Amino acid sequence: MSEKTGVTAADTGVSRETTETERPIRPPVDIFEDSTGITVQADMPGVSRDRLDIHVDNDTLSIEGRAEIPVPDGMEALHADVRSTRYKRSFTLSSELDGASVEASLNDGVLTLRIPRREEHKPRKIEVRAG
Amino acid sequence: MIRNPGGFENSLFDEFRRMGQELDQLFGSGGWPSGIRSVARGSYPPINIGSTPEQIDIYLFAAGLDTESLDLSMQQNLLTIDGERRPITEEGADYFRKERYDGAFHRVLSLPDDVDPDRVDATYRDGLLHITIQRREASRPRRIEIR
Repeated sequence: MSEKTGVTAADTGVSRETTETERPIRPPVDIFEDSTGITVQADMPGVSRDRLDIHVDNDTLSIEGRAEIPVPDGMEALHADVRSTRYKRSFTLSSELDGASVEASLNDGVLTLRIPRREEHKPRKIEVRAG
Repeated sequence: MIRNPGGFENSLFDEFRRMGQELDQLFGSGGWPSGIRSVARGSYPPINIGSTPEQIDIYLFAAGLDTESLDLSMQQNLLTIDGERRPITEEGADYFRKERYDGAFHRVLSLPDDVDPDRVDATYRDGLLHITIQRREASRPRRIEIR
């Protein structure tokens, strides 16, 4: 009956999915860089703005969200590819990135994060003087 | 108004979680018998299906979908979903990761026989496509009076 008996479930040798009832989904991401900074895009379907949490702690950028799925009362599951409503993923930022100036937008479940480079780290062309 | 994320609606989602766990226990690592039209786990987009005596609820977890590209059709109890997801790629940028699905998808779902193809409703919100199909009245459970 009890879903939360993770330890005993592991002992019976059943799949590890039974040991954690709410294992977060690791959202797939695209990450690219241009001269002004790095952009991260993450798929988090079902997450609205007020259920999204982005924070930067030292050099760690964390994305968390909770999907809102409208489920009717008394529903019986027929098929379940998705078994969690939680998303979670984190990244380590390098020192030239300005974690305090991260900008975020959310559109149809796609989170876009813009992490700018610090001003002093913007690329400069280095002139090679003729010897 | 922010509702309690661990509250009521989340406990309803537990039903999907419970089902996955039960199937894993029943069939172990060999997996459960898969439907003839089912696709490999991890295919895009992930789908959940739920049932009540009144309706069938289908959830497609498809963020950033262009709803114009989406084509839903029903023939008897078969629901066909065609769509395309094309993330906007930045020209000239250096990509470190490209994990998000890019391309077309096609799914055929075999639903219970009593669904009514004329009463289908679909909404797309926050990257979640929710399709509701009503079941025919006649097949709903009726209470039988004992005289």
